[in-house]
Amino acid sequence: MTAGATVTGGIGRSSTSPPAGAWAEREGVFGALATVDHKRVGRRFIVTAFGFFACAGILAALMRLQLAFPEQTLLSADKYNQIFTTHGTAMMFLFAVPMGQAVAIYLVPLMIGARNIAFPRMVAYAYWVYLIGGVMLFVALILDIGPDAGWFSYTPLAGPQYGIGKRSDFWAQLITFTELSGLMVAVALITTILKFRAPGMSLDRIPLFVWAMLGTNFMIVFGMPAVMVSSTALIMDRLVGTHFFNPAAGGDSLLWQHLFWFFGHPEVYFIFMPGLGVVSAIVAAFSRRPVFAYPAMVLSLNATAFRAFGLWVHHMFATSIPELGKSFFTAASMVIAIPTAIQIFCWIATIATGRIVLRTPMLYILGFFFILVLGGLTGVMLASVPLDLQIHDTYFVVAHLHYVLIGGMVFPIFGGFFYWFPKFAGRMLDEALGKVTFWLMFVGFNVTFFPMHVLGLAGMPRRVYTYPADMGWGPLNLTATIGAAVLAAGVALFVFNVVRSLLRGEQAPDDPWQADTLEWATSSPPGPGNFAEPPVVGSREPLWSPHGIVGRVRGLSVEVPEVLVTTAIDARPDSRNAMPGPSLMPPIAAVLTSVMLISSIFTPWAVVWGTIPVVIALTIWFWPTKRETEQHIKLEKPP
Amino acid sequence: MRAPELAVDAPPMQSGDVDAKTLPSFVYGHRSTMWWGTVGVAAIEGTVFALAIMVYFYVRTRVTVWPPEAPPPDMLWGTVNTVVLLLSLIPNHFTKKAAERRDLHAVRVGMMICIAFAFVFLFVRALELMMLNVRWDTNAYGSAVWFLLGLHTTHLLTDWFDTVVLAVLMFTGPIEGRRFVDASENAMYWNFVVAAWLPIYAVIYLAPRLL
Repeated sequence: MTAGATVTGGIGRSSTSPPAGAWAEREGVFGALATVDHKRVGRRFIVTAFGFFACAGILAALMRLQLAFPEQTLLSADKYNQIFTTHGTAMMFLFAVPMGQAVAIYLVPLMIGARNIAFPRMVAYAYWVYLIGGVMLFVALILDIGPDAGWFSYTPLAGPQYGIGKRSDFWAQLITFTELSGLMVAVALITTILKFRAPGMSLDRIPLFVWAMLGTNFMIVFGMPAVMVSSTALIMDRLVGTHFFNPAAGGDSLLWQHLFWFFGHPEVYFIFMPGLGVVSAIVAAFSRRPVFAYPAMVLSLNATAFRAFGLWVHHMFATSIPELGKSFFTAASMVIAIPTAIQIFCWIATIATGRIVLRTPMLYILGFFFILVLGGLTGVMLASVPLDLQIHDTYFVVAHLHYVLIGGMVFPIFGGFFYWFPKFAGRMLDEALGKVTFWLMFVGFNVTFFPMHVLGLAGMPRRVYTYPADMGWGPLNLTATIGAAVLAAGVALFVFNVVRSLLRGEQAPDDPWQADTLEWATSSPPGPGNFAEPPVVGSREPLWSPHGIVGRVRGLSVEVPEVLVTTAIDARPDSRNAMPGPSLMPPIAAVLTSVMLISSIFTPWAVVWGTIPVVIALTIWFWPTKRETEQHIKLEKPP
Repeated sequence: MRAPELAVDAPPMQSGDVDAKTLPSFVYGHRSTMWWGTVGVAAIEGTVFALAIMVYFYVRTRVTVWPPEAPPPDMLWGTVNTVVLLLSLIPNHFTKKAAERRDLHAVRVGMMICIAFAFVFLFVRALELMMLNVRWDTNAYGSAVWFLLGLHTTHLLTDWFDTVVLAVLMFTGPIEGRRFVDASENAMYWNFVVAAWLPIYAVIYLAPRLL
């Protein structure tokens, strides 16, 4: 394996100019609203998810200011409840899960040599639904009707008896918005990965990043329905008088916990697995060799995806479930450490036997190792029932979950931003600023969250808006707040770096890191249609192997946006498929869907009358035009 | 062989190149992306049905007498509807086969028969809803029953509407080969909606009598 070997097979510089015709992007407001290009939608998804991350981060900063000293009155108890609920909800549902999918929307088609994502209009619709839902949550918070029962919205606190007003209804409908969006993107990504791969890219040749995304999106398909069922049952209990969670009428509030965590635990892995994919991509590129033991990596990713569905009860150790059940889930929770450990050992082997290049993306990955291993260790501790009972609902859990999620997802994703920014924007980010950003974030993170372990063991409960001075929790809380300021400075410096680079950054070459995957085989940023002639792949590392790219896909029409469809396992060329072009129907249908969903918070009948315009919009969306049909008939070839 | 859409200076085909022009522009079954989209949606909805059934049996464990405070739903209309739904598989299968042969006339006839069946099972479903012998706000049992039946009714409505829209298109055009793939996938989704009914029927109508 020669790292950075010359790209062979005729996909060099000359052929990276984009095809003209139907793939060309339209300008102006129409173009912006109607686009179905996966790069434009993906970029938009990434920026929006980052925006929600920043907003939720500001809420975190407010909480840290409130807790910096004992008995402060910056925030009232009620405001604090709304703020921590919105912080958690936004970070989980509007940042962590959508960000993984957003990055996949942009990168997966490029990495597998495809011209676009499957069902691009559905993905565009998913974006608009997600945007409107997210804005709704923050508007509710600003209007003082933000949800206030925590991000997992336990009944009976969130139920009709105690959850007064419309607060928890906004939470339940936010879930509908984000799950609708997430599920549609998942179907599109699975179809893209299984059917749009370059010829020759059989399943045993797809990049580990793409494997991670395939596993993640399969998990989303089977995991997200649980939270849709639970949030729908919750809003029905609140609005139409059903009794799912009402023990007085044969319901049970523990049912909520089962349903929620049957989604909620896999959700941790929806968030974490894209991070694993990013780590594999960066470790390979910056160790100058393919990741060690590809089959073990793939099996571990898939084992994690399956095992993630058998852990949910470990969130419920402090409830009245049978002891035998608790023991079972303790064992299950420890078992899932095995596939993660296998991957970590494979990465270490890769780094140890490669030639490590310490650029900013790689620094983030090293940070990931440190933080995730600590988060994993506290996870093994929490899997033990007696310990969990002792520190349940304390700051120890807050520390653990932030170590896992920030270590497992935020650090890899920031590494990914530095790694792929040249591809996204055509400009390099500043390396020196990048390194400073990393150290600010790494030090800031640990100073913020490490003391929380100690606070939790000292008995500080989570979700308290203040504490008396004589508990002795003041100094560590102040330390955490100082750490949060350093962490925020790191994120601000990153934003500065991005803006600076967009204005006057160094032009990025096609392949600035001499990496191995196909997104680097086209221009930065890629033109419309991604590749002038999509590649035919001959190995697992198409840009490193001498026989990586063995030919090109020819003969696809560019009068209509046509893509090549290959077989699911071997990626043999099988058919060609004319894709839908730009359309205003996705944003229109998304607005109408939102009107229906938000109105239903105030009257259940909105589900009936609100559906009618949505159905009309979807029918217009589906209805083919004469022109389109004529173009297709010209290119038609029956099976 | 040269692809005419490419720039005039495009080099000729070489060994290893793939000529997409020789490939069909639409295909059926799992070779088609529509199949994967439909199966993805069916997997999501199937999971929702499974979870709704789980809710029913979870609620069952909370009480000693089942069904609580209500007689079981009347068997008649639910059973009639099961028969109607199963019979609808016949014209549905016929339509799917016709779509695969691209026989426009047979597709039109098949879809009309399917739509006629849809009117019957939607009407019978309305009767079913009146014979459940429990309201959704009576107790958790009622909530679970109405949730299950409501979910499935939503699918019947969606399936009926999809079929109507596609049938109208089959009469008015514009039609191209790919519309037959849509008709075939629509038929597959119909199979899913019928298949999903059988466990739901067993839960709503048989479980209260057998448990």
